[in-house]
Amino acid sequence: MTAYALADTRALTGRSLRHILRSPDTVVTTAITPIALMLLFVYVLGGAIDTGSGGSYVDYLLPGILLVTIASGVAYTSYRLFLDLKGGIVERFRSMPIARSSVLWAHVLTSVVANLASVAVVVAVALAMGFRTGASVGAWLAVVGILALFTLALTWLAVIAGLSAKSVDGASAFSYPLIFLPFVSSAFVPTDSMPGPMAWFAEHQPVTSIVDTLRALFAGQPVGGGIWVALGWLVGILVLGHVLAVATYRKRIG
Amino acid sequence: MSTETAIRARGIRKSYGDLEVLRGVDLDVASGSIVALLGSNGAGKTTLVRILSTLLTADEGTATVHGFDVGTAPADVRRSISLTGQFAAVDEMLTGRENLVLVARLRHLRTPGAIADDLLARFSLTDAGPRRAATYSGGMRRRLDIAMSLIGDPPVIFLDEPTTGLDPQARIEVWDAVKDLARGGTTVLLTTQYLDEAEQLADRIAILHRGTIVQHGTLAELKRLLPPTEVVHVEKQPTLEEVFLSLVGPVPHHEESS
Ligand SMILES: Nc1ncnc2c1ncn2[C@@H]1O[C@H](COP(=O)(O)OP(=O)(O)OP(=O)(O)O)[C@@H](O)[C@H]1O
Ligand SMILES: [Mg+2]
Repeated sequence: MTAYALADTRALTGRSLRHILRSPDTVVTTAITPIALMLLFVYVLGGAIDTGSGGSYVDYLLPGILLVTIASGVAYTSYRLFLDLKGGIVERFRSMPIARSSVLWAHVLTSVVANLASVAVVVAVALAMGFRTGASVGAWLAVVGILALFTLALTWLAVIAGLSAKSVDGASAFSYPLIFLPFVSSAFVPTDSMPGPMAWFAEHQPVTSIVDTLRALFAGQPVGGGIWVALGWLVGILVLGHVLAVATYRKRIG
Repeated sequence: MSTETAIRARGIRKSYGDLEVLRGVDLDVASGSIVALLGSNGAGKTTLVRILSTLLTADEGTATVHGFDVGTAPADVRRSISLTGQFAAVDEMLTGRENLVLVARLRHLRTPGAIADDLLARFSLTDAGPRRAATYSGGMRRRLDIAMSLIGDPPVIFLDEPTTGLDPQARIEVWDAVKDLARGGTTVLLTTQYLDEAEQLADRIAILHRGTIVQHGTLAELKRLLPPTEVVHVEKQPTLEEVFLSLVGPVPHHEESS
């Protein structure tokens, strides 16, 4: 690649970050559904849910809510990429001597920033609702790191969707199953309350290991071996998503 | 005009499925000249421009731009060209000035801000510079689009229907900008629907019809192709429009016309 790949990525990331700053509603909209879910679960359903953890339900719930936030937030990345492709600006970039990968990386980095901003909004609301954590600085850094990895992994999937979509709706529809996954995990209720096959699925899908790890970090407890399962999933999806996204980009754009 | 060839295409073929759009296009554009590519809607002008600017791969044939092969040295071609596509490609969320600064940064130039201000002035966009491009009229957007293509002074510029949708004043501004470029030694290949534009601007005119370049020459040469007017008492030069129509036949406005 060219010696300018970093400079190009920086310039293009600056461009899409400006998009976000000028439409801050995307950051807020991303946060609204998870906040509504949090209100619903904590104040309406929470009383009937026995987590067996002893702590408050909002403490139990927050990690899953953060994943829902990111899973819905990455849809904006597909959307923005789709619009860029349609508007011809990608053609312009392609006819210029810039590193090809920087066009995608700019969207991906912007996605991480935008989603972490939405996550911050949700955490602020959770704090107002009584969320408390004894997490050390190191544990917080680990939480942010895992959320960033999760965003990166899902963003590459979002890139694939944005590149292959035929319509604006198609570009963001891929995120619905992703938003659904936390519901069939340990995010809202303990998996042992689920019927057999469901519990098996919930225990073996990526969200559960990630949620359990985040929960342990927030609670200031040891994360145990679960963090390796979580990291394995995250890195696996990240690498696979990246490879497929780049291949899709080559195929679509050449 | 130097005799060096800035753009050379040989036997370019391109089909979309069963639709053969280009069936062996040969074209030479001398360095520092302006060549207008004429053709009816759907003749394949955009397709040819996209192949020459590395956005599309030809099925067959070779092309070099500024001495670089579009197939084997696309990065070098991209360093030598700039493209203004048929549809304005500006970032609507950014201001006009930010669009220019972005392109200047992507071309790794030292003073992006000064370059942007200069181009805004040249294209009468100084007042609109701090406004988002989304608020621009079609003509302003087009001017911004063309201004973005001039950044970095690439030796070869492709303009795909640069003045479609512009008012007469804006058209003249674009024409002046194109003439300035050619004076500075830039090679320009432009496509157009407007025959007067080709007459005004181009050193040579190439007519693309049924997938090949059916004629290529100066305006005077093309005009000589028509038999002299028979009626003697009216002295009339054939217009390029007449030459064009006699070469390609009546414009097939098939579906709509009947
Ligand atoms: N991606 C594509 N897939 C299928 N057909 C295409 C594609 N792009 C162009 N064509 C077809 O190829 C032909 C040439 O298109 P092209 O855009 O090159 O024409 P043009 O000369 O630029 O026309 P216009 O003056 O309308 O801009 C048209 O019939 C068009 O429908
Ligand atoms: Mg065209």
